[in-house]
Amino acid sequence: MTPDDLMATVKHALYDVAPELEDEDLAADRPLRDQTELDSMDFLNLAIAIHDATGIDIPEADYPKLQSLDDIVGYLGTKLH
Amino acid sequence: MPSLGADMDAGTLVEWLIKPGDDVHHGDIVAVVETDKGAIEVEIFDDGTVKSLEVPVGAKVPVGTVLARIDGKGEEKAPEAKPARAAPPPEPQPPAPVPPVAKPKPAAKAPAHVGEGVRASPVARKRAQELGIDLSGVEGTGPEGAVTLKDVEQGGPAAAKAPPKTAVARGIKPADMRKAIAAAMARSNREIPHYYVSLDIELTALSDWLAAENGARPVQDRLLLIAPMLKAVALALKEVPELNGQWQGERFVPMSDVHMGVAIALRGGGLIAPAIHGADQMRVGSLMAGLRDLTNRTRKGGLKSSELSDPTFTVTSLGEDSADSVSPIIFPPQAAILGLGAIRRRPWVHDDGLVVRPIVTATLGADHRVSDGRTGGRFLRFLADLLQEPSKL
Repeated sequence: MTPDDLMATVKHALYDVAPELEDEDLAADRPLRDQTELDSMDFLNLAIAIHDATGIDIPEADYPKLQSLDDIVGYLGTKLH
Repeated sequence: MPSLGADMDAGTLVEWLIKPGDDVHHGDIVAVVETDKGAIEVEIFDDGTVKSLEVPVGAKVPVGTVLARIDGKGEEKAPEAKPARAAPPPEPQPPAPVPPVAKPKPAAKAPAHVGEGVRASPVARKRAQELGIDLSGVEGTGPEGAVTLKDVEQGGPAAAKAPPKTAVARGIKPADMRKAIAAAMARSNREIPHYYVSLDIELTALSDWLAAENGARPVQDRLLLIAPMLKAVALALKEVPELNGQWQGERFVPMSDVHMGVAIALRGGGLIAPAIHGADQMRVGSLMAGLRDLTNRTRKGGLKSSELSDPTFTVTSLGEDSADSVSPIIFPPQAAILGLGAIRRRPWVHDDGLVVRPIVTATLGADHRVSDGRTGGRFLRFLADLLQEPSKL
């Protein structure tokens, strides 16, 4: 899966959790919390959606590393290779 | 027309899901009403046969108006205006968690979401999902063009219309929501003599327990910190019944079960505080599943009338990256509310030494007509003690 594929997958998961974000121009390198109203329930739902799409279970201890879309895509990339 | 909170004085009937002659049973969803909180599914609390529908679709009627009549057990009854339940079933089953997301498929471009942003009743939305119909292509015949169940089942895709670019998918008008909140909070401040007590609670044991629990759970079953905290609040309320109940008429009626209201923020502003029924009798995992389900339905549609009318106590949590404490305003007809600030690592005195620990400030707002500061302080102490032994929750 290329980084572009991963980004599309992550965005798809994100839009399922928070559909209104489809209309937002999210900066991939900025923390999601700075750009959205996502709360801890949303982030848990996002982790579940990513797991469903990729099979990758993100341990809770790694959540703090995943601030931006770029962070998430980079993290998933390392897990897939 | 049921009262779905102190801020509601009227509602619009959006859709009937029954007709005269139908048999109905306790718990059935019989209608959908539009309120400032969005479209709410109205349940029935008796068994019987529908005799007549008294209010036409599209009519806005005051709270207390008889919507329909049923013949049940030889007696004619009005199905609405249900009082708060004092004694729910002893072993409540948490609602089956609604998966928050459809299984996404990797794609170069994520597909548009089906019907988000379209005014539609929850049952219509649910049916559209089952049928794979995009609600944005269905012509709505309900109030203000809302798509009804009938539209979905009969209409199917019609002339395509662009979904409105609104952040709130449930059809809630933010201005109406803000007015409703203002009215309810103004009434609360006017009628309820609030008092406040606060306590800083150390959460090391809870954080450690949660990390161990989540390490052993699949991602779908992981817990958020709020789940064991809600359970601890529910158990503390059992020790301090003066805080758990509702005003009915001129007196406070304590409730034997804890129907935990949880303040849930909506996208684009506003909040709703529906209840998790029987929270005191649920395990932490079930509470978490119930909270996920409730959060989903609050934000995407499908709340039931009883979830809005039944809370006996409410918790509002500011979440991460927020303020240290909150002094919340009581939601009438309840008599108390707990505000939780952000959990932060702060200095803490332990064995006469200074250490750094995760701390939350819990602030209880309560009704001085029912209890006093000493009672509130006792509740917070019970809560703090329970959170030091999370494995017993």
